Amino acid sequence: MKVQSAMFYFPEEVIEHIFSFLTHHPDRNTVSTVCKAWYKIERLSRCEVFVGNCYAIRPDRAAARFPGLRSLTLKGKPHFADFDLVPPDWGGLAGPWIEAMARSCPNLEELRMKRMVVSDESLELLVHAFPNFKALVLVSCEGFSTDGLAAVARSCKSLRELDLQENEIEDRGPRWLNSFPDMCTSLVSLNFACLKGEVNLKSLERLVCRSPNLKCLRLNRAVPVETLAKIMNQCPNLEDLGTGSLLADQFSEAYVSLISALQKCKKLRSLSGFWDASPLCLLAVYPICANLTGLNLSYAPTVQGQDFINLIQHCVKLLRLWVLDSVGDKGLAVVASACKELQELRVFPSDLFAAGPATVTEEGLVAISTGCPKLNSLLYFCHSMTNSALITVSKNCPNFTRFRLCILEPRKPDPATNEPLDEGFGAVVKTCKNLRRFSISGLLTDQVFYYIGKYAKALEMLSIAFAGDTDQGMTYVLNGCKNLRKLEIRDCPFGDGALLADVTKYETMRSLWMSSCDISLRGCKALATKMPSLNVEIINEWEAEMEENLNNGVAEVISNNNNKHINNGNDERKVEKLYVYRTVGGPRTDAPDFVWTL
Amino acid sequence: MEEMQPKLLDLIPNERGWGVTANDREMVIGGGFGVREEKKLELRLGLPGEEDWNANRKKTEGLCANVKPPFSLGLFGAPQTKQEAGLVTGEAQKIQAKADKQTSIVERKAIAHAATPPAATPLPSNSRAANAPVVGWPPVRSFRRNLASTSKTVLEPQKWASGTCAKFENSTKGLFVKINMDGVPIGRKIDLKAYDSYDKLSSAVDQLFRGLLADQRSEIGTEKNVEEKGRAIQGLLDGSGEYTLVYEDDEGDKMLVGDVPWEMFVSTAKRLRVLKSSDLSASTLRTTSRKRAATEC
Repeated sequence: MKVQSAMFYFPEEVIEHIFSFLTHHPDRNTVSTVCKAWYKIERLSRCEVFVGNCYAIRPDRAAARFPGLRSLTLKGKPHFADFDLVPPDWGGLAGPWIEAMARSCPNLEELRMKRMVVSDESLELLVHAFPNFKALVLVSCEGFSTDGLAAVARSCKSLRELDLQENEIEDRGPRWLNSFPDMCTSLVSLNFACLKGEVNLKSLERLVCRSPNLKCLRLNRAVPVETLAKIMNQCPNLEDLGTGSLLADQFSEAYVSLISALQKCKKLRSLSGFWDASPLCLLAVYPICANLTGLNLSYAPTVQGQDFINLIQHCVKLLRLWVLDSVGDKGLAVVASACKELQELRVFPSDLFAAGPATVTEEGLVAISTGCPKLNSLLYFCHSMTNSALITVSKNCPNFTRFRLCILEPRKPDPATNEPLDEGFGAVVKTCKNLRRFSISGLLTDQVFYYIGKYAKALEMLSIAFAGDTDQGMTYVLNGCKNLRKLEIRDCPFGDGALLADVTKYETMRSLWMSSCDISLRGCKALATKMPSLNVEIINEWEAEMEENLNNGVAEVISNNNNKHINNGNDERKVEKLYVYRTVGGPRTDAPDFVWTL
Repeated sequence: MEEMQPKLLDLIPNERGWGVTANDREMVIGGGFGVREEKKLELRLGLPGEEDWNANRKKTEGLCANVKPPFSLGLFGAPQTKQEAGLVTGEAQKIQAKADKQTSIVERKAIAHAATPPAATPLPSNSRAANAPVVGWPPVRSFRRNLASTSKTVLEPQKWASGTCAKFENSTKGLFVKINMDGVPIGRKIDLKAYDSYDKLSSAVDQLFRGLLADQRSEIGTEKNVEEKGRAIQGLLDGSGEYTLVYEDDEGDKMLVGDVPWEMFVSTAKRLRVLKSSDLSASTLRTTSRKRAATEC
């Protein structure tokens, strides 16, 4: 008792100071729930806010709670939107958030968004409301154009970071690069690799000249070797470089100057780009390989065979490697022998439909696991996998935190035994106690889910496709994985029984996605009724079009909440796409007509 | 304008475009309960011959479109691209190269198409069939997909003129507008930017709806005529055919397609309709000349 009351006698400043040591936002979330006083102190002193689902809370409410925030991270669309499973115009609009910030959070300096729709107008609002804006990071976003980038460039006198990763940006010309202020910029990081259009090369060179703090620069494919060489000469302190197109004639001046420029960059640790890389340009890279910690060759289908081997064998300090499967098992074997420090490996498919000969197989993966025991993060696309390989891999590398294996052909069994891959994936969850992210594929029965539920106690995100036999599979996971936050399922035979097996579980998770499964409208309605704290949304494009046809003869506007169509018939209808998430923001107000909140 | 309303109601179930009973309607729009007899013909994802995959699965087409079947159509015959599936023909190639936004539109068209009674073709026992394209599989992002497909046609090393930038494709946004046809309950979407003339648009409309219209006709119970399936929809632009193409512009007016220059049409058209020519009357449509006259007043 005495201790409890003593806490209240701490001056607020002291508590706030203590909190300042808590940088991990889940910790800050936790302390805010202790008591009202702590809630208030915490929220007023919070600088960084992470919102994993932009619909989990209304923007105004978030802004009101954390008026002092400096950095906001937002995620919008469900992960499977990356694979075209979410229709366009689904939502994830950044506008309301930026408006709320502009109204209530004057200290905003950093905005990081993933899978959101950002308009040029929103970007303009952002930079005008926050003249001291420092960092804009957009990952897998869309809805804006190079005009929006120009606005950002023009208005941000103290812009440090402009990082565009894999966005869909409408190209309205190369003028945006001219928009950076004429005097020295404070740019530390500039990444426009995803821009598809031309770039004004002179502007780029001039920009780099007047950006003395530049550490990370990632160019797009439109930048040729000549320009790259000039740029490299300007910034010998570069640590992270994404090349443009690496196509050059061996005897060209460009190639020669590239070599000398690269050699001057003693601090270069990370390389990416390599568009159209010719073997000769790779030669230019050899001298700096020994210090590289990160290498991304996944945009360079031309880098394979002996070229790849010659390159990679120098990269002895490599921690992160992204490649295409065209490097083959042979290439991976060289990686295993050279890159002993490797922690993260991603092998992307060059042939999406597995129509050609197998490029990487389980052999490559086993070799990697044998040679690189520090491996903790894997994304591996292959034609086939065996149980014994997976068992070996998990024995060799018990430290996996992220393990994603995608066998290109759905439901493919172990080719050696013709059995499902339950035991192999089961071995991974049994040995890797720290596994947080897991994606499985191939032929799988309910058994693998039994293993996951039983052993994957640290698991936070699970992605399942074309797997399982009965509702029991999904139920194992819901019951067993205590830390599960995101569950995404496609093309599995899980029905209403599984969906409703443990409805309170969804309140402990960020979201659930189910598409092409066996759930019905009745099941979804039941879930919605039992759990009002969840938004239960079904995506149903086709019927929405029907509904519009129906209503053309009738003048009234059918709102999204009109239950006429939902209630007019058969609840046994199968639901194609379901997205369930916890929220304190109530049903979406911006849902398009094909998204029904039950 | 009043007279237009009843015409639009043609699209509403109750009229001749639909089977009379609710059950028929379900079947027209792709199943739902009571399609046991079609189960064998049901389009499903999975290796052919895997009849027992979800034998218990009550997965019928349902009103909620199953995304998979259209792409399983690739299982018929050689495992080719979406074109083989008989979806949006001609457009499929362009669509494949475009951004995922448009891929989703293809998906929507495919859904609409799949909703019609499936063709009575059994799945062949083809071991490669499983490699036919499935939506969103393998799980790679669209720009990697494009990379994978274009890397097959790896460019010849280009000469670099000094100081010039690389030119490569800018994917321009498509301009999708809805298009509905009298007698067909399922609307579609069409990309106006994919065409550069009225003739091409007209033939695209023909291809889009030909099959659907034929299915509708056979549903009503008129004489099942095999040739019906292939009958072209002609004369859309000049009033000579059974159907006429009209559009709704940005002011909400219904206009005959073909009056204004193509560019102007593309920039003002918001919606397309294929109406029965016999149902059109001069007063319900505004021609451009009359519209101009009206604004001049």
